[in-house]
Amino acid sequence: MSFSLNILMDLQEIWRYQFMQNAIEAGTLTAIVSGVTGYFVVLRKSAFTAHAFSEIGFAGAAWAVLSGIPPLAGLLIGSNLGGLGIALLGRRAVNRDTQIGIVLAFSLGLGLLFISLYSGYATQTYSILFGEILGVSRDQVVETLAASAGILVCTGLFYRPLLFSSLDEDVAEAKGMPMLALGIAFMAVVACAVSFAVEVTGVLLVFSLMVTPGATAQYLTSKPSRAIACSVVIALIATWLGLFLSFYTPYPVSFFITAEAFVFYVLVRLVYTRFRWEKISSGSLLKPPVDRGG
Amino acid sequence: MARLTSELATAEAKPSVISAENLSAGYQGRSVWSGATFSFGKGEFVGVLGPNGAGKTTLFRVILGLQRPIAGSVQIFGAPPRRGNPHIGYVPQRHTIDTETNVECLELVRLGLSGTWWGFDPIAHHDRDAALSALDAADASDLAHRRLGALSGGELQRIFLAEALVSNPDVLLLDEPLSNLDIRRETELLHLVNNVVRSRGVTALLIAHNINPLLPHMNKVMYIANGRMATGTPHEVLTSETLTRLYGVQVEVIKDPHGNVAIIGVEEHHGDIP
Repeated sequence: MSFSLNILMDLQEIWRYQFMQNAIEAGTLTAIVSGVTGYFVVLRKSAFTAHAFSEIGFAGAAWAVLSGIPPLAGLLIGSNLGGLGIALLGRRAVNRDTQIGIVLAFSLGLGLLFISLYSGYATQTYSILFGEILGVSRDQVVETLAASAGILVCTGLFYRPLLFSSLDEDVAEAKGMPMLALGIAFMAVVACAVSFAVEVTGVLLVFSLMVTPGATAQYLTSKPSRAIACSVVIALIATWLGLFLSFYTPYPVSFFITAEAFVFYVLVRLVYTRFRWEKISSGSLLKPPVDRGG
Repeated sequence: MARLTSELATAEAKPSVISAENLSAGYQGRSVWSGATFSFGKGEFVGVLGPNGAGKTTLFRVILGLQRPIAGSVQIFGAPPRRGNPHIGYVPQRHTIDTETNVECLELVRLGLSGTWWGFDPIAHHDRDAALSALDAADASDLAHRRLGALSGGELQRIFLAEALVSNPDVLLLDEPLSNLDIRRETELLHLVNNVVRSRGVTALLIAHNINPLLPHMNKVMYIANGRMATGTPHEVLTSETLTRLYGVQVEVIKDPHGNVAIIGVEEHHGDIP
């Protein structure tokens, strides 16, 4: 198959393959969920925590492969236990880079041990580390659909308290918000979102869907609801374009997704910086209407 | 010590908004201060003063219901403190906001009202109207669509004030809103808080390090030091006798012709006191 200039025909051709159809469906769901949860991950400065989830999940997945249960179950168990632990550590635990880093390194080591104990194919390990979206089955698409619906409903339910506690923890606590429960719920949502994103991008590249779109969206708008929408759109474009490009090239999907997300982030930052610079140099930032800032 | 506070607390004819009787607070059974008896009425502006670590924020945490008193009682509108009391608006000293926070101010102020509501309702906008009028009350309407991360210290404090005012509280607890402000912004912010106190009949407790900017506005002073508390009008509390008794060492209060106050002999002895 080769790439033609007729995009519609190309898409029809892609859709004829069941594995591509599955990949597009699972990728779409994952992109939506990652875009939504990723915005909160960036807002709460928990990017490193989210990454730690995927590595703890890797140990879980490797253990699952060794025990003959589906890797996704291991991923979910591992990342959720990690999330619970981090949430219980305390309200400011997300900033504990050192402890998270130590647990992260230990998890990777555990994962390595489980893999070396497993005498089967190494391809499964490779797919956990770098994603295997082209191998997603019909059943996995249905699982992803159910999980995505659950994650989105939870996030919708917690939307305002989550936003409030992310922006102003102390006031939210004084207003009677159950901070610990909220923290655990958020960690569980992110742990599940990460586990499903791993199917698409793999453990090592999960940042490209969980963090980059959310971080890019923050530069596009300062309204949270719009930023979440932008984050979803960026994740969707990266996933779809990645699948499209990898269909016509010998290169892996995960590479294209990470590369597109990265390029988009850099472009937005460049435009944003330039825009602000122009605003400063045109004087609109230097001359506030009434000088009474502090 | 109870004698000192009760002696100074002026008898209030009007019903008190916040009152405490022989209140002690601290952490893990160790008291930070004890024997506090005070009563504040509607529309009073109270300056909470004292050295670092004296327990000024602890007092706020007790009133907010975030920390249980070790002994004694405290009441807000006749009821014991509880977390999420709608009567109280709170501006903490530290915030999670930094220069990276790309969220517009209006959203934070809205959350001051709707942040505790569950569910997602993209159509409801009554919190938006309340937020806009709170921003107006805090003289921050022009900041509504600015990013939180781009604001200066004084602008941020106005936003936090609006966030506290949006739920129409009867009590304002302001923890060091003047820190990191230069003298001019300090004066501006205090004028603003004073206007809010007068126009809305709010009872405000404001923690500060420096007494002098507060003197033109405050009705009462609460001076916390050495594990004890002295409460009363500035005239009663800011005297050499009261502060000497409070600190337990000789303290001199000097007033200049403009009415500014200097407290001398405090810093050297702070920390040595058993």
